[in-house]
Amino acid sequence: MKMTTADVEYVARLARLELTAGEKELFAGQMDAILGYVEKLKGVDTDGIIPTSHAVPMENSFREDIVCPSIGLEKALANAPERAGSFFAVPKVIE
Amino acid sequence: MNIFDMTIHQLHSALKEKQLSSVEATTAMLARIKAVEPQVGSFITLTPEQALTDAASADIRIAAGKAGVLTGIPLALKDIFLTEGIRTTCGSRILENFIPPYSATSWEKLKDQGAVLLGKLNQDEFAMGSSNESSAYGITRNPWDTSCIPGGSSGGSAAAVAAGEAIATLGTDTGGSIRQPASHCGCVGLKPTYGRVSRYGVIAYASSLDQVGPLTRDVADCAIMLGAIAGHDPKDSTSVDTPVPDYTASLTTGVKGLKIGLPKEYFIAGLDPEVQVAMDAAIETYRRLGAEFVDISLPHTDYAVATYYLIATAEASSNLARYDGVRFGHRAEANCLLDMYGKSRSEGFGAEVKRRIMLGTYALSSGYYDAYYVKAQKVRTLIMNDFMAAFANVDVMLTPVAPTPAFKIGEKINDPLQMYLSDIFTIPVNLAGTCAMSLPAGFSAGGLPIGLQLIGKPFGEETLLQAGYAFEQVTEWHSRKATI
Repeated sequence: MKMTTADVEYVARLARLELTAGEKELFAGQMDAILGYVEKLKGVDTDGIIPTSHAVPMENSFREDIVCPSIGLEKALANAPERAGSFFAVPKVIE
Repeated sequence: MNIFDMTIHQLHSALKEKQLSSVEATTAMLARIKAVEPQVGSFITLTPEQALTDAASADIRIAAGKAGVLTGIPLALKDIFLTEGIRTTCGSRILENFIPPYSATSWEKLKDQGAVLLGKLNQDEFAMGSSNESSAYGITRNPWDTSCIPGGSSGGSAAAVAAGEAIATLGTDTGGSIRQPASHCGCVGLKPTYGRVSRYGVIAYASSLDQVGPLTRDVADCAIMLGAIAGHDPKDSTSVDTPVPDYTASLTTGVKGLKIGLPKEYFIAGLDPEVQVAMDAAIETYRRLGAEFVDISLPHTDYAVATYYLIATAEASSNLARYDGVRFGHRAEANCLLDMYGKSRSEGFGAEVKRRIMLGTYALSSGYYDAYYVKAQKVRTLIMNDFMAAFANVDVMLTPVAPTPAFKIGEKINDPLQMYLSDIFTIPVNLAGTCAMSLPAGFSAGGLPIGLQLIGKPFGEETLLQAGYAFEQVTEWHSRKATI
């Protein structure tokens, strides 16, 4: 396989990353090498094997539906880059 | 004996016998940090005032006869653990000014026991790395040879223990990030079974693999620290509700009749000869102590690194989506929301983090999801099955931690694939979800520590600690000190 800078641009857009021309070039080569390496998994017979998403066998973890105190507005907003009253403020979404 | 060279149990005795106060011990630690930190660089943030306040409270508790074994002991945390009111960066620019509104459960537990916090330790950015070179806050150097890396991603946690900058530390291990730096810095490092320790308040990298564990100067300290942090946490639904044994009580059980497996895939041609010599000597030591060795096979070992770099990056790409400049962390100037996301993330993340987000996004993207991500999850099943089958016949496994001693700073930074392959012996344990420990087991001719890995059954930490303790009683590797 060959990772092109166009592929890198596409993935960067999905990942919400803005890359410089130099980064695109660098990542294309490095991702190509890494993806080339992981190709070896294709040689493993996984017919009928169930995928593992979690190492410990576990059922759903339930708790009682009880109202508990939360950290509160001021703490929750303390790290906001920009706030407007009791809200997080962001640049305009819709013109 | 220098205060800064003491173990937890030694310092605890000194505090209890009133030979020393926690304020005195903490003051000595702060002086040691000041003296060696310019050469080592273990810390991102120091908290001296907090430490002395904690120490004074601990002294009151000790005077009242209410001291636990960790009361008044100066510790430090990898900067991945949230600490309420104390900056937590995770080694990243994107969290440069982040002050957490709450603390990690593991730190809360240590604090409740009266532990003293010296500061927050350097690490690879978002725990992505094997050398600490991906930190946005400068490199950490190996106290045994400052031209070498300390290992990663918990490099600061290992270097601080080795350099006498903390009595013990906490790290996290996603693919070897406790064990590999412990091995390179000559400490004891334990990655508990997935679910043994709460991950609440630990900044997430790959949620199905991340686990919290201690880095210490000996096995007894490791047992103390694990006992303090282990257990179910209602705030982490993946933490497991099984009883926590008294790890310190059974340390002296010994290894007579213990069946130790030697997986042939871990003793390969590429293994550094000095590492091989250390492993051979360790095997001989265990044999003398009465352990039995069994040759075993973990046939899918060769696929572990590839599996890991698909699963871990996929989970990372999802976990790190939260750094969008909206609620916390770095926000770039931008005119519209989409630009703000892209610019904030691109300015805030370093190269290794971007690379892993890109790989993970690619593995999860339409058209590649089955071929990469699901395929890796299936191979993970086979890797887990290898371990479960082998553990039917053995109690623990013995392997190297890393194929070589610590490498030079800069040696692998431009070749990510080579860097990833340095975790070849630690990664399978995270995929299998079981526990493993790194123990000092020798030195290279160049004076660099070499670690031995003991892998245990799920929730078999007690057996690991017993086996590690037995080894320590008849070897002196763990008691050597780095001259810095």
